[in-house]
Amino acid sequence: MTTEALIRVEGLKKHFGSLKALDGIDLELRKGEVTVIIGPSGSGKSTLLRSLNLLERPTEGAIYFEGVNILDPKTNINLHRQRMGMVFQHFNLFPHMTILRNMTLAPMKLLHETPAAATEEAMRLLDRVGLQDRANAYPSQLSGGQKQRIAIVRALCMHPDVMLFDEPTSALDPEMVGEVLDVMQNLAREGMTMIVVTHEMGFAKEVANRVIFMDEGLIVEEGTPKEFFAHPQNARTRDFLSKVL
Amino acid sequence: MPMTESFKVWFMEWYASIAQKFYGCFIEDERWRFLWDGLLVTLEVAFFAVIIGVVLGFLVAIVRASYDTSDFSGKATGWRRLGRGVFRVANWFCKLYLTVIRGTPVVVQLLIIYFVIFASFDVDKVLAAVIAFGVNSGAYVAEIVRSGIMSIDKGQMEAGRSLGFNYIQTMWYIIVPQAFKNILPALGNEFIVLLKETSVSGYIALGDLTKGGDIIRGRTFEALMPLFAVALIYLAVVMVLSAGVNKLERRLRSSDH
Repeated sequence: MTTEALIRVEGLKKHFGSLKALDGIDLELRKGEVTVIIGPSGSGKSTLLRSLNLLERPTEGAIYFEGVNILDPKTNINLHRQRMGMVFQHFNLFPHMTILRNMTLAPMKLLHETPAAATEEAMRLLDRVGLQDRANAYPSQLSGGQKQRIAIVRALCMHPDVMLFDEPTSALDPEMVGEVLDVMQNLAREGMTMIVVTHEMGFAKEVANRVIFMDEGLIVEEGTPKEFFAHPQNARTRDFLSKVL
Repeated sequence: MPMTESFKVWFMEWYASIAQKFYGCFIEDERWRFLWDGLLVTLEVAFFAVIIGVVLGFLVAIVRASYDTSDFSGKATGWRRLGRGVFRVANWFCKLYLTVIRGTPVVVQLLIIYFVIFASFDVDKVLAAVIAFGVNSGAYVAEIVRSGIMSIDKGQMEAGRSLGFNYIQTMWYIIVPQAFKNILPALGNEFIVLLKETSVSGYIALGDLTKGGDIIRGRTFEALMPLFAVALIYLAVVMVLSAGVNKLERRLRSSDH
């Protein structure tokens, strides 16, 4: 693991009216690192994740991605989003397109890959998640777990430098959580930089390099999963962990 | 038997009078041409008005829907600030357009366009009608399309943007195709309404289908035949149109499983 900071967040604030969803976040994420963000609902963890690719526009602060401040109005945010894959709680596959089309649309239109190259790459990724036979199916024909695995590989088709996961297993039936976490674990093993907002403590313990606990728009505590789960320093962290573990 | 005999006589007389009326209304002096030429004018006006209506409607709808879903929080400087200003003005004009067009009768709009706006130009009546009905239909199409765009889950826009598509690309590849499928029945209905609304073109003395039937009525003093013929022709065209829309709807739905 290198020490080079891929993403650096400085003094990030996001206010919705009087609500302070993020109230001054400082954070550094290194290449190849898997960071898991946990915290009670309303703690700002999803807002933080969504701020990283500007699905939420922060009120204040700076976000440096590969050295460029993406909050600078001169930055082309669309190009930066191509470098950051995102996986949503509700999959957000495009229902009017086949699985293959879902995966090849962006590489063909944005990276100008040929249909043959984009299809080959998509089929290779589908094979990796065991869904090659569903290439010509429509999203509505798939189970939740299958949809989320497709959503992950759809993002991978753009060859991102970092993958953002916004509660990827929260909308799934319990028996489908495992298949999605497996895909994520494999991805982590291959060295993908990942930022994961989740309630899956098992995943945090086993896969994460770093765990961040957020509450009321602030980072309360962070550390390696080992020290974080074994010796939480903060009272709020201890309180939260006692409820979820 | 006398009963059947008298019926036969009555029927022959009735048939003869019908045939004679039919002849008077449609065959004599080639009067069917009023209907045929009128139908062509009606179709021409409706066809071009639909195109104007759809283009105008989609543009207005995208401005309105984008404005309603925009995040105007945070400071804006330089170009971004100018962009927001332009956007606000565009949205205001779109709202004004919708209010005025939907708030006034189409006949009045037609009369204003022909007798006021084009008063000093020697403008073709068909063109005036196309513009009037197109601009009118655009307002209704805009609201239909806007509701279609708003009905698409906002996660679709976020997914598109997160892949790196810009706003317009996401609209074009992801939002509008889904919205279009949802609004197709309403859109088809609007086209049918538009086709029938062109029947008021006679107000600017345009020889459309309705006017054609009316001319025959004036010449033959026979109301039933030409008016029923006009009604039947409208009905036939509308039925063909509905069948076409239904077919398209079924084809688009084939991706819904």
